[in-house]
Amino acid sequence: MESYETFEYDVLVIGSGGAGLRAVIAAREAGCTVGVVCKSLLGKAHTVMAEGGVAAALGNMTNPDGTKENDSWKVHFVDTMKGGAFLNNWRTVEIFTKEAPERVLELEQYGAVFDRTPEGLIAERPFGGHKYRRLNHVGDRTGLEIIRTLQDKAVGVGMTVHMETTCTRLLTENGRVTGAFGYYRDTGNYVVFKAKSVILATGGWGRMYKFTSNSWEGTGDGLMMAYEAGAELLDLEMIQFHPTGMIWPPGMRGILVTEGVRGEGGILRNSKGERFMFNPKYMPDLYQGQFAETEEEAARWLDDKQNNRRPPELLPRDVVARAIYREVQDGNGCEHGGVHLDVTHRGEEYIKRKLPSMYEQFHAMGGVDITKEPMEVYPTVHYTMGGLWVDPETCETSIPGLFAAGEVAAGLHGANRLGGNSLSDIIVFGKRAGEHAAAFAAKNDFGSINPSQIQEEQEYLTEPLHAASGESPYVIHQELQETMQTNAMIAKTEQTLLVALEKIQQLQQRAKNIKVAGDRYFNPGWHAARDVRFMLRTSEIIVRCALERQESRGAQWRLDYPNREDATWGKLNLIASKDGDAVKIVHRPLAEMPAELKALFEEGK
Amino acid sequence: MEKVTLRVFRGDKTGGEMVTYEVPKVPGMVVLDAIHQIQKEQDTTLACRWNCKAAKCGSCSAEIDGKPRLMCKTAVDEFNGQPITVGPMRAFPLLRDLVTDVSWNFKMAAKIPPLQVVPEMAGKPFVLQQVDVDRVQEYRKCIECFLCQDVCHVIREHNRKDAFFGPRQMVRIAGLEMHPADGINRREQLKTEAGVGMCNITKCCTEVCPEHIRITDNAIIPLKERVADDYYDPVAGLLRSIGILPRDKKAPFSSVPNDKTKIAEQGTGKKQG
Repeated sequence: MESYETFEYDVLVIGSGGAGLRAVIAAREAGCTVGVVCKSLLGKAHTVMAEGGVAAALGNMTNPDGTKENDSWKVHFVDTMKGGAFLNNWRTVEIFTKEAPERVLELEQYGAVFDRTPEGLIAERPFGGHKYRRLNHVGDRTGLEIIRTLQDKAVGVGMTVHMETTCTRLLTENGRVTGAFGYYRDTGNYVVFKAKSVILATGGWGRMYKFTSNSWEGTGDGLMMAYEAGAELLDLEMIQFHPTGMIWPPGMRGILVTEGVRGEGGILRNSKGERFMFNPKYMPDLYQGQFAETEEEAARWLDDKQNNRRPPELLPRDVVARAIYREVQDGNGCEHGGVHLDVTHRGEEYIKRKLPSMYEQFHAMGGVDITKEPMEVYPTVHYTMGGLWVDPETCETSIPGLFAAGEVAAGLHGANRLGGNSLSDIIVFGKRAGEHAAAFAAKNDFGSINPSQIQEEQEYLTEPLHAASGESPYVIHQELQETMQTNAMIAKTEQTLLVALEKIQQLQQRAKNIKVAGDRYFNPGWHAARDVRFMLRTSEIIVRCALERQESRGAQWRLDYPNREDATWGKLNLIASKDGDAVKIVHRPLAEMPAELKALFEEGK
Repeated sequence: MEKVTLRVFRGDKTGGEMVTYEVPKVPGMVVLDAIHQIQKEQDTTLACRWNCKAAKCGSCSAEIDGKPRLMCKTAVDEFNGQPITVGPMRAFPLLRDLVTDVSWNFKMAAKIPPLQVVPEMAGKPFVLQQVDVDRVQEYRKCIECFLCQDVCHVIREHNRKDAFFGPRQMVRIAGLEMHPADGINRREQLKTEAGVGMCNITKCCTEVCPEHIRITDNAIIPLKERVADDYYDPVAGLLRSIGILPRDKKAPFSSVPNDKTKIAEQGTGKKQG
C-alpha cells in the first residue's frame, strides 16, 4: 500500500458550496475542529452559479394600495408541496419554510448585501410556483453573494481547507462512518481524513447528460460514496430540467438562463410568435384559475401584482420545461431548435440593472444583445431533487455518523424544485447538519480506520494508469451522455429507458478496461477515469428508478404512463440501496401529513 | 471543416514548451471549449481549471495572447483565424500546464478581518436604501479570478507578495470598509501589511477585470484617500479629535488573529506518523 497523509477533525465536511460552508460555521460554533474538502478552489462550487434569489417568506414587498403582501411560512409551505407534486417530506418542508427567513437575515449579518426595497428592506422578486414575491436577491448573482458571504464567515470562524482534493471513498467500521479517503488533485498523493462525523455537501449530478448547466464537478461522487457505504437513496428519478438553458451557439449549450428573466416579465414565444404558455393544454389542474389568462392581464401584473394574476411563464419549472419540449416536438421550434425568451419590453436600463450577468453572458459569449433581441432557450439538466435519504430534523443519513445537506440530500423538493428553494435549502439544512454532526462528534470518539479499505481504493484508482491498454474515459463519458440525453431526458418511456439501461450496462463492462496516459500529477484524464465510473452507477440507478415509477409526476414524465397516480405512486418514495453488485429498489410509504398542515391548503384557496 | 490553431503551454516547474494543436471550430466556440477538445481528443493529460463555463466562478484564468483573461469568455472568433497562444498566469507558481498555485490569494484573504456589525445594527434586519449599497455591491461582484493579481506589476514584475495584498484584496477591503454596517477601522491594516501605498495607479487591474469593477478608481483610490486622511492630514486629524469632523468608524482595528483559521492546500490538521 502506498503511504498517505492523515488528518483528524471532529467534523469533516466534504463539499464547500453553500451547504458545506454553512455546516462548517455551525459545527465550528459548536466548538468542533472542522476540516473541509473541496474538489475545486474555495468559492468556486455550484452555489456561485445560482442567479435568481434565495426563497424565504420575509414578506417585505408592498402592494400598490400600501398593504404588505400576505406572505408567511405557511404559504411558502403550500407552494413548495404543490411544486413538488406532494412527493416531499412534509416535515422537511415545514422546518425549511419556518427557518428560511431567519437564515437569510443571518446572511445579512454575515455581510451579504442584498438589493433593497424603497422602504430599505431586502428586495424580493417573483418566481415560478411562488405565490408571492419571495426571492431575496442581488441582481442575478445571488449565489455568488451567498457563497462569498459564507466563505468569508467560515474563514473567520476557523476551518482547515483542503482545496482541490477529491474524496473517492468513505471509510467505515461496523456500519458507522469513520472518515474518508481521497487524493490531492495537484500531486496525486493520497490522503485520509479521520473524523468523528462526516457531512456530505457534495451537490448534484448532471454530467451524465449532454445538455446540462452543471460543471465538471457534478459527477455523483458524493452520492455514490455514500451508496457504496450502504446509504439509502431516495427518488433518484427526480431530475430537474430547467426550462431555459442556452441552446445557441453550440459552445454555450446548456448554460443557464435564470428564471429571474421570467420573474422580471420575460415572455416565451414559439416560431409562430405565439405566447404558447397561454395555451390551456399546458395548465395543470392544480394551478387552474391562478394565472393570468390574457396577455393584457400578464402585462398589468408587472406593475400591479395585487390585482392581477401572474403570467403563465411563471408556472413551476417542470410544467414550463414540458411545454417547451412539446412546442419543439410539434414543429414550432425556432431557428436552432429552441424557443424564444424575450425580455426586451422591459427596456435597456431595467434589464442591465436587474439582469446584469445575463446581459453580459449573452453579449460577451453569445453575441446577442438581450435588451434588443430575444434569447433562444431549451431545457437543460439542472438539479437533482433525489439524493440521500436524510432525517428531516438532524440531516443524518441511514449511516450513523454520516450527515448530508444541500443538493446531495433529498426530501425537501419532492418531484420538482421551485426556483430559489435551493439557496434557502443550503443555509437551513447546512446549519442543521453542522449542528447535529457536532452533537454526534461530542457523543462519539474517533472510530478506527480499516487499512484494507484504503488499499482496495488505491488499487482501484491506479488501475487505469497501469493498464497495458484500454479505452479513454472521455469516450465512455461521451457515449453515456448520448444515451442519457436521448433516452432518459425530459420525456421517457419504458422502451427508451430499457435502451438506456442496456447501454449503461455495456459501458460499465467497458469501464473495467480504462487506460489513461501520464502520471498522477494534475492529470485530468486520471481524474476522469474515477468520475466516469461514479457517473455510470448513478445513471444506472436513475434509469432503474425512472422505470420503476410508472406514472408522470413533477420531473418524471413517462409518455407511456402520462397520468399522476395519487392513490398509488403518489403515496410512496423509491428507496435504492446497494445489494452486492445489484441495485435494490423498495417502495416506502410517505409519512402522513398532520391535519393542521393539511388545513393550510384550504386556507390558501 | 474550419480549424482553430492553438499554441498551449505544456510543462511544470522544471520547464516546458509551447505545443501547437488544431481543433475543429464550432460556432460560438470559446478558448475553454478548444482546450476541452484537446483534452478529450488529443491529450487527456492537459491540465486546466474550470467550473461554470459562464464567467461566474473565475476558475479558468489564463494568459491568452499574453493578456490575462477568462478562457470561457474569450471567443475564438476574435482572433480571425490566427493561432491563439494560451499560457498560465505568470504571477503565480506553476503547477502544471495552465494550472498555477493561487493559494497565496486565499492566505491574504484570511488576514482580512470579516465584517463586524456595529452594535446598533446587530441582530436585526438592516434598513438600507439601494443608494447606500450600490457602491458596495460593485465590489461584491468580484468572482476571484485573480486576473487583477496576475496583471498587477507590484506582484507580477516585482513579486512583492510580502508587501501588498493586491487589487483583489483591495476590492474586498473596500467592500468591508464602505459597508454601512461595518464597525472596524481598517486603515491601519491598509497602510501596513495590506500595503495600499504600493499601488501606483496604473489601472492595469481595472482593464482586465471581467466583471468590469473599476478597481483603481472606485476601490484603491478611495482607500488611499482614507488612509491619507487618517495618517497624513493634520487638520482633519485635529478636527476629528475634537469632534468637529465625525469619526466614521468607532471600534478600533483588530485583526483578531485566530490561529485555528488556516487556508492551506496541504491542511494543518493533526498529522499522524
